[in-house]
Amino acid sequence: MNASSLRFFRGAFVTMAVAGLTWALFVLSGCSSNGGSNPVSALLAMNEKVTGTEEAVLTDAPNVPPPITRKHATKVIVKLEVKEVVKRLADGVDYTFWTFGGSVPGKFIRVREGDEVEFHLENHPSNSMPHNIDLHAVTGPGGGAASSMTAPGHSSVFSFKALNKGLFVYHCATAPVGMHIGNGMYGLILVEPKEGLPKVDREFYVMQGDFYTAGRNGDPGLQPFDMAKAVREEPEYVVFNGSVGALTGDNALKAKVGETVRIYMGNGGPNLVSSFHVIGEIFDKVNVEGGDLVNTNVQTTMIPAGGSSVVEFKVEAPGTFILVDHSIFRTFNKGSLGMLKVEGGENKVVYSGKISDEVYQPEGGAIQSVGEAPTQAPAANKAERIERGKRVFNNVCAACHQPSGAGLPGAFPPLAASDYLNADKPRAIGIAIGGLAGKVTVNGKEFNSQMPALNLADEDVANVLTFVYNSWGNAGHEVTPAEVAKVRAAKKAAGK
Amino acid sequence: MKAMRARAVVGALAVAVFGLVCVHAAGAAVAGAAGMARIAAGEYRPLYRQPVPGANRDTILRRVVPVHVAAFEVGVHAVTNGEYLAFVREHPEWRRSRVSRLWADESYLKRWAGDLEPGPRAPLGAPVVEVSWFAARAYCEARGERLPTVAEWERAATADETRRDASRDPEFLDRIRKFYSHPTPDVHPRVESTFRNAWGVWDLHGLVWEWTLDFNSALVSGESRGDASLERGLYCGAGASNASDFGDYAAFMRYAFRASLQARYTTANLGFRAARDVAAPKGKKP
Repeated sequence: MNASSLRFFRGAFVTMAVAGLTWALFVLSGCSSNGGSNPVSALLAMNEKVTGTEEAVLTDAPNVPPPITRKHATKVIVKLEVKEVVKRLADGVDYTFWTFGGSVPGKFIRVREGDEVEFHLENHPSNSMPHNIDLHAVTGPGGGAASSMTAPGHSSVFSFKALNKGLFVYHCATAPVGMHIGNGMYGLILVEPKEGLPKVDREFYVMQGDFYTAGRNGDPGLQPFDMAKAVREEPEYVVFNGSVGALTGDNALKAKVGETVRIYMGNGGPNLVSSFHVIGEIFDKVNVEGGDLVNTNVQTTMIPAGGSSVVEFKVEAPGTFILVDHSIFRTFNKGSLGMLKVEGGENKVVYSGKISDEVYQPEGGAIQSVGEAPTQAPAANKAERIERGKRVFNNVCAACHQPSGAGLPGAFPPLAASDYLNADKPRAIGIAIGGLAGKVTVNGKEFNSQMPALNLADEDVANVLTFVYNSWGNAGHEVTPAEVAKVRAAKKAAGK
Repeated sequence: MKAMRARAVVGALAVAVFGLVCVHAAGAAVAGAAGMARIAAGEYRPLYRQPVPGANRDTILRRVVPVHVAAFEVGVHAVTNGEYLAFVREHPEWRRSRVSRLWADESYLKRWAGDLEPGPRAPLGAPVVEVSWFAARAYCEARGERLPTVAEWERAATADETRRDASRDPEFLDRIRKFYSHPTPDVHPRVESTFRNAWGVWDLHGLVWEWTLDFNSALVSGESRGDASLERGLYCGAGASNASDFGDYAAFMRYAFRASLQARYTTANLGFRAARDVAAPKGKKP
């Protein structure tokens, strides 16, 4: 600690001592539900004796280091290596991430209130950029940034006292800062309260971030950072834990019925504020913005860019619970979707499951025909068919299969260069007419979801399939209304 | 300029004829001694605004103060391993095993196979990296040259293939940014492999970072009251508060990179090129 920061602390100490007295009176007189206000506990944290030394256990998301059980403050050594790495951002899409520890988000750091943290920031020799770190848990100029500016192939050391408890974001603060954060340079540091946190069965680390690629969402290959999109705050990707699908399928978070779950949820930004929500769960308890304030029975919690939230809930029913940014287009179209898979016995009182599925027939039950398009002359040739088919695709299909035809991993199969599509034309026609439910394997990936019947006229089915067959590296077939009518008749004959 | 060149040649001869032969022998493998390109006198707009005294003595205004850059010459390519090898043959004190830790840190020429053997990770035609500012300066001085200043380097580097000043072209800036955001390759490509700009200078962007003479003075304005708060100018959002162009991310990266260095540092993607004055007035030291 240098002379000026010592002066800073001394000054802060006097101020806090005065403020602390006032606060202490206030706290004692009734506002103590959160176990004391920060000025008081920070004052106590500063005076606590530091004994021993240990190296911090650091973990990659979604894992969290074990709770701290010691009853005293200690000197904690944190060694964090900055690496610039090319990794998967989405299926077929790579990105040059700048990382704290090799992946996005950076390593989770867990210390205790009152700890003295000796921080080693190591900039790998193969990196092309200088980097530093601004930890929001630090009280001091730049949050450590000014003391940790580090050239490639070098390391910097600085130390700080963890004065304030809470869940804090850390990030790189080297100019141009938005680009360093936008490339993935953020993570979380938890400063546990002296008394520790209430025990839970599962702890997870999830962090949201927005990414600005030169290509559009789904465009394949190594995508460079797009500064204009970043300045306009129009990301192509909004993801949890650094990539689309980082928390889905086999990577889903897992828990058992009856367990309590705590998610340390951060938002690296650089731009977007998250409306964090878990579909089918209610947060029993939320530490708002990662601080002392506790709210209960929360559906959706707001997480600022460069901020955090700690959410806790008990999982009462089995099934898959979906983590989303409820600014919902980000989830549907840009990737902010995670899964929590809960195994265990059903509890019909908590959730019944579907009890019945009956035909709903208002006003006497005449069969309704919805959304029939006005008739127009049939397409004259293949080119016209493709052009009209594109309109149908954008109106009907693109929401799930994506404008790029790439689909969404784990949810909607790709139509682009799709082996399943190209293998069997009549089958494809049948699906466009009648929908599809159950398991299919497309381009080596398994999907298990439901596509509804679309109620399209034969002409539209022919057009949209011709468009799809003639886009994104598919087989180039033409589909005619006659072929559609044939498949439709066969399905009818088979009673489907 | 002629006078200077003559003096350099005489100096080299005075050192040792044998040494000169060595230079040529090593240089032959890398397409002759480094040529120089002349950059005409002109202006350079610094990334950071400079404090200037306001009407009221207590106020400091910040303005973009263009810097006049006198005509100079700069190497058409960065100094190569082959050229640096010739230098360490002549100047044993700069060999890896002998260099003082005061002048170069532990990773000095680390990729070289030996003191006089660049080896497979340092092809003779590739730019020399893992050299300190002291080493780069010594190399230049041994040839009667010097490192370019930040202003000179930046002025030469605002040119694209066809225009001497492409600094307002977002596409050019975008290209530079893409160059910068790729991780450093284990073995650098040879010099003259990216693009040759309108001044005839190669690889100012896209190959390696380069030392400048006054790399550590970017934040010194000469106005002490202003300097006190300048240091923080590079961090986080404050990084933009005094900038003349918030959109030139590539320039921010170069400034940040320079700010992270000390003169004895060496890194795997930092090399240098030489420069020299032109037409120094009589009686003035070059």
